[in-house]
Amino acid sequence: MPLLDARDVHGGYGGMNILNGVNMSIEADEIGVIVGPNGAGKSTMLKAVFGLLHVSQGEILLRGEPIHNLPPNKLVQKGMGFVPQEYNVFPSLTVKENLQMGAYLKPGNVKRMLSRIYEFFPPLYDKRHQPAGELSGGQRQMVAMGRALMAEPEVLLLDEPTAGLSPLYMNEIFERVKEVNAAGVGILMVEQNAKQALAIADKGFVLAAGQNRFTDTGAALLADPEVAKSFLGG
Amino acid sequence: MNELVFFINNVVIAGCVAGSIYAIGAVGVTLIFSIMRFAHFAHGDMMTFGAFMVLLLTTLFPQAGAAIGIPTPLIMLPFAMALTAVLAVGIDRAFYKPLRAHGVKPIVMVIASLGVTLMLQGLIRLFAGTGGESLYVDDRKEIFRIPLPIEGVRVPVVITEPQIYLFALTLISVVALHFFLSRSRLGKAMRAMSDNPALAQASGINTNTIVAVTWVIAGGLAAIAGTLLSLDVTFKPDLSFFLLLPIFAAAIVGGVGHPYGAIAGGFVVGFAETLAVFNWGILLRPFRDSLPEWLAQAGNLAFVGTEYKIVVPFFILVAILVWRPTGIFKGKVI
Repeated sequence: MPLLDARDVHGGYGGMNILNGVNMSIEADEIGVIVGPNGAGKSTMLKAVFGLLHVSQGEILLRGEPIHNLPPNKLVQKGMGFVPQEYNVFPSLTVKENLQMGAYLKPGNVKRMLSRIYEFFPPLYDKRHQPAGELSGGQRQMVAMGRALMAEPEVLLLDEPTAGLSPLYMNEIFERVKEVNAAGVGILMVEQNAKQALAIADKGFVLAAGQNRFTDTGAALLADPEVAKSFLGG
Repeated sequence: MNELVFFINNVVIAGCVAGSIYAIGAVGVTLIFSIMRFAHFAHGDMMTFGAFMVLLLTTLFPQAGAAIGIPTPLIMLPFAMALTAVLAVGIDRAFYKPLRAHGVKPIVMVIASLGVTLMLQGLIRLFAGTGGESLYVDDRKEIFRIPLPIEGVRVPVVITEPQIYLFALTLISVVALHFFLSRSRLGKAMRAMSDNPALAQASGINTNTIVAVTWVIAGGLAAIAGTLLSLDVTFKPDLSFFLLLPIFAAAIVGGVGHPYGAIAGGFVVGFAETLAVFNWGILLRPFRDSLPEWLAQAGNLAFVGTEYKIVVPFFILVAILVWRPTGIFKGKVI
């Protein structure tokens, strides 16, 4: 049974459909990457998975259990973590408090997970008493990922984790994503840096106009000349 | 030196009294704004409601305090805080929550709170009448006259019992609030929701719980402020309504959404008021002989007359909104 399975998902904002039948499924040990042109519905799909968008047709299953249209706090309980692209930290809370909020539903986790997150993102340990709003973009992204990981999710949704980061931080974040996945967390992420993201992807989903255009392994999509020509800039 | 004692009585103590009450009120207003993003105009009447509950309970059990040795109204304060908290949560469920569910603009919430204001005032008038009533039903208001051990000082420092309780309770509330917001899981979640409601929800924080907790705290603090104000003067159904302006001025001066800013803002506005109406001529009296005649002859050297006291917070409010809309602590702009 796939960890996360979305079947024929339709949905949008205020009657306007953005998703017109998206299918994607990832296994527990996989990294799934959603790429595609602007306005293809990539972030919208991620939001639909995390209950931030009404799914009008189709279904989304987490380990076989339907989860579409559940509120986000229920999904966190069920083992899902979400890192939004923007506004993904609590700026006036310290780094440590940000991380604590990630384990809000699992207060027993805090101590153990805090030390794991600090091991994972060493820069955060030094800045743990600093307000997250004062950190650089890359460090903020670490706080955001750390916060989501504090609840020990089974699947982590990342919305453009490398947007606006310098190439150095970009590689760092991709490395961390691989490590998180190796530690047993399924990943579904939306990425603008399609080539690099597909390089670490087990599954790739190329969306266009709210539908799957290509669905294959990351390597196969990278090798496909048609995908390269239309979506990866040659 | 007598003039200095006069200054202490009329400015330092009076300023602290006004400042404490504004501070406690403004903390409630600022917390509500930071969680629900609207200016809660019914806050003054929640204060009055708290004081009214104390009046009611004290009238019912006038002897309760004598057994322990503190004024009955203070024994009743925790109960009144609980009742006001229940009222606040109830008002939210009945009026604000349905509006929030519809996703209305903040201005609609503000107008709704204005409606709640009128309703609460009407209800309180219905049961309490329109006149003033002392909360000291069976107790006597102690007035302490503390003579200063300095030669030639005849005027004592005057402080009343409710003022001492007011300062003590203000200090306790501020410290308790600080520890709640900085140490407790719920307090941190409240700050998190104030920072970023969507992310708070994505972290699994139940926003309905936080909203309810906010009302409980705001209601409890409102009851403290209303009761202590009524103890210091007398209970009147419209007493706290007229404090809305200084309380909002305090919240805005401090930076909306910052509880510590609201406390600072409360004292800034409180002292600005008392300093503005203080007759500075009194402090010049000892130097009368060396002053030019026009200054020595001047009767009242206050910046504004006492009857125009309300102008002071209004001026501060306008000045802050024009020149520094984010307040001292860089809060949100209403």
